[in-house]
Parts: sequence; C-alpha cells; structure tokens
Amino acid sequence: MLLIDCPCCGVSGEETEFAAGGEAHIVRAGPGSSDADFASYLFDRKNPRGVHFERWRHAFGCGKWFHMVRSTQTLEVFGVYKADVTSPPQDILDRVEAARAEGRVK
Amino acid sequence: MAAKRKPRYSIFSLARNSMSHHQGWEKAWRSPDPKPEYDVVIVGAGGHGLATAYYLAKNHGITNIAVVEKGWLGGGNTGRNTTIIRSNYLQDSSAALFELSRSLFETLSQELNYNIMFSPRGVLMLAQTEHEKRAWQRTHHATRLNNIYTEWADTKRVKEICPIINTDPGARFPVLGGLWQPRGGTARHDAVAWGYARAADDLGVDVIQNCEVLGIDREGGKVTGVQTTRGAIKCGKLGIVVAGNTTRLTDMAGFRMPLESVPLQALVSEPIKPCLDIVVMANTVHGYMSQSDKGELVIGGGTDGYNAYTQRGSFQHVEETVTALVETFPIISRLRMLRQWGGIVDITGDRSPIISKTPVDGVFVNCGWGTGGFKATCGSGHCFAATIAKGEPDAVAAPFSLDRFSEGRMIDESVAAAVAH
Repeated sequence: MLLIDCPCCGVSGEETEFAAGGEAHIVRAGPGSSDADFASYLFDRKNPRGVHFERWRHAFGCGKWFHMVRSTQTLEVFGVYKADVTSPPQDILDRVEAARAEGRVK
Repeated sequence: MAAKRKPRYSIFSLARNSMSHHQGWEKAWRSPDPKPEYDVVIVGAGGHGLATAYYLAKNHGITNIAVVEKGWLGGGNTGRNTTIIRSNYLQDSSAALFELSRSLFETLSQELNYNIMFSPRGVLMLAQTEHEKRAWQRTHHATRLNNIYTEWADTKRVKEICPIINTDPGARFPVLGGLWQPRGGTARHDAVAWGYARAADDLGVDVIQNCEVLGIDREGGKVTGVQTTRGAIKCGKLGIVVAGNTTRLTDMAGFRMPLESVPLQALVSEPIKPCLDIVVMANTVHGYMSQSDKGELVIGGGTDGYNAYTQRGSFQHVEETVTALVETFPIISRLRMLRQWGGIVDITGDRSPIISKTPVDGVFVNCGWGTGGFKATCGSGHCFAATIAKGEPDAVAAPFSLDRFSEGRMIDESVAAAVAH
C-alpha cells in the first residue's frame, strides 16, 4: 500500500484515496507532426523498471492533480510536486540520485 | 547437434518404467550450453516463447534455435495465470487469433505427446448490469458470425449451468444472464510450457535457462546477436517474448513500445470438494473463479492502477475481489485463502496484443497480451513463428502489427479483456 502526501492539500493518505494518471511530462506532438510522432505521443511510454515520473490525482480528497516520483521496482516514493511544472524539482532529483548511488533503484 | 529423439510417453512406457521403480525416465529436455550462433534466438522461455520455437521447428523447418530465459522455464506469467481458455472476443481479428489458439488446445496433448490437461468445461461470463448484458449479447452475435459457438444464457439457464451462483434479483449486481462458451475451459499452464519445451527440444531447439539478456547487438539497423550472462550469442533473427519486461528489451534494441507494465494478481483457496465444474467470470464486480483438479478455488483479481514490476500487487485488490465473489458465490464466504501472487502484464492502449516486425531489422516482438495471454499461447506461437520465418506477419497476425497505432487501426478489446484495467 503506497502512502502518499498530497502536495496540494497537504493530506497524507493511502493509495486507495488517490488515482494514478500515468507517465508525466509527456509533450504533445504537433500541430503538423507526422503520424508516427503523434502515435508515439499518444501511446509510447517509457515504462521503466526503476524511477518513474508520473501523474496522480487526489481523487477522494481535494481532487487536484499532482506529480509523483516513484520506483516501479520497490514502490519507494521519492517525492511529490505540483502539477503546473514541466520538470521535477531539484531536491527530488537529488534524492533519486542518492538512491541510485546506494543501488536501491536503477 | 540435434537432440536424440525421445521415446514417446504412453501406457507402455509407463508400464516399462514401473518395472524399474520409475528411476529410468529420461530428462524431458536437455540443459545445453549456448552455442556461439543461432539462426533464431527467442528471448523468454514461457509458454509463448516455447510455442514459437516449437512451431518454427515443426512448421517452418528452422531448428537452429535458442530459447534464452533469465529465470527458469515457465516461471513468469505462464505459471502465474488462472489457466482460462476462451475465444469469445468481439472483434473479427481477435476472434480469429483466439479461436485458432483455442482450437489448437483441443489436440495439443496428442500433438506434443504431453498431457496438458485441456478441460473444455465451459466458460460463463456473467452480465450484471443492463449495459453489460447488451455488450455480451453483441459479443455473442459477433462470435456466431465468426463461426465460434457461444450461447446466450438467461438467468434460469445460468443457475442450471452453475447452481452455486447467487441469482437473487435483489443483489447489488443481479445476474441478468451470461455469455456461455461451452468449448472454453482450462488447461494445466505449467504442462503447456513443459510440453512445448520437450517437443521443441526433441526437434533440436536449445532451451537455455538462467541466461539473462543484457544487451542487443545491432549493425547498420540490423540485429546481429545478444549479450547474455552466459556470453555473447550471435543470431540472424531475434524474437522478444517477455511479457511485462518487453520495454526493458526494446530499450536495449533502441526503440519505444506502446506498453505499460502492471501487476495482475491471483489467489487460491484451500482445497474443497467439487462445487464448480465451469469457469465463471464476473466483470462488473470484478472477479473470476474456477476449481482446480486439486479442489482449490482459483481466483483472478484485478490489475493495479499504476506501473510496477513488483510481482505481487496491491492489498486492496484482494479484498475487492473476494468481496465481489462472496456476493456472487455465497457458499465461499468462510473459505480460507491458501496463497496469493502476482505477475507483471504488459498492457497496450487498445488492450490487444502486438505480434510484429519492429524498426530494427531482424527483431520481432510478441507482447501486449495484457491480462489474457495464457489462452493465446498456441495461436500466439503459431503466428509468431510464421512471422519470424517469413519476415512478414501471416494473415492472422497482420492486424496486430505495431503500425496499427500510427495508422489508427485499433483493435478495441477493452470489453472482452474481462479484467478491468
């Protein structure tokens, strides 16, 4: 069971209170992109066995979308951050790097 | 070196071996060291990979094949599914593929000379909302047009087929009927992998276990071999059949896939006397159940909502699944569960599999079976072998190519997938 802290309302809850929204920071292809690029935008996913940057929604709480960084190998959560950014904050990236250095995650 | 032909399993071999207290049984397959080069290397010794190797050798005369496996044979999703076989799919291309597979299961024990315990006991898919009833009736008409025998069972007929189902009209999700495929059923999943492994080995295929692929070598956009924990292996063609780990392999080959890997879990109860002689799937409440020959109730649950490679699954899904099943089958309310496990399934955007060439010349993928790959083992191996042998997909596999995502030719089976994702 994941324990998640919502960065919007500050409430801490179990994963049943939240809804996963898939890979984060996907940039829309086009307008004017090729079919292959648009298909890639729609369907191709990094799907890493390791650190995953993803979107979540506090579905049974404040209802807001936000971002989370999680290991798909160990389910360790490295941090949460607001929805209205295009890249993760440095302190979370530092935590990911530290975990990689310790060999906890790929 | 081709393997020596193995003696056939029969009543006579059983009698002969009983004379020597069953100490003289030959090994079902060899454990060869990898050769430096093969015509075809298949990654993944699960049911689909072994079936691919078997049909390549048998139907296409290609026997210089290695099947490499990072763990042990059949230790992934092949040994983790709930063994259900059916072909009541809505779309024509899915119906063709899954019915090919189901029909191959009918004679597989004889073909492989290995008892895979195919049991066409019937699969009943319950309709528990008006919407689901209409969807199943639509599927029923589609399967009949595709020459696949199904019946629409009303509530009374559901009760006749399976007396332990609660058909109380006052239930939270009352049983309004069901889609009944009498020639669906189950098979022993491990035996399917073992049978294909033994038969492929007999045709000269090297099944190499404990051999993890670490890298894929390419030259000028063409595959030349794989780097493994047991050394480099050159190959002319490479088939990737690794379910939830497909993205890890395609990352090594340098292209992206429309896949996400999620845990799907299942559980079994303590063994009880026979009470359920069919497979029941209840999609609205989300649980499916059959009874194994040992008497355990085999229960399939749902997928997790987020990507993971943990091979266990979330706790709350167990509770959701058993809650639903207790309402559908009140007699199981005091049953204890024996064990629970998870497998990592790779899910595509349209819930249909991918059998395809790839951007790298000589690399082929067979993946995206999501929550319903076991039933397709034979058909998947059959088509994928043809695709690898000819370098182009055969008629059954063609609609399942990677191109469909850019061409918009989706094969939408989110309803037939039977497991909510």
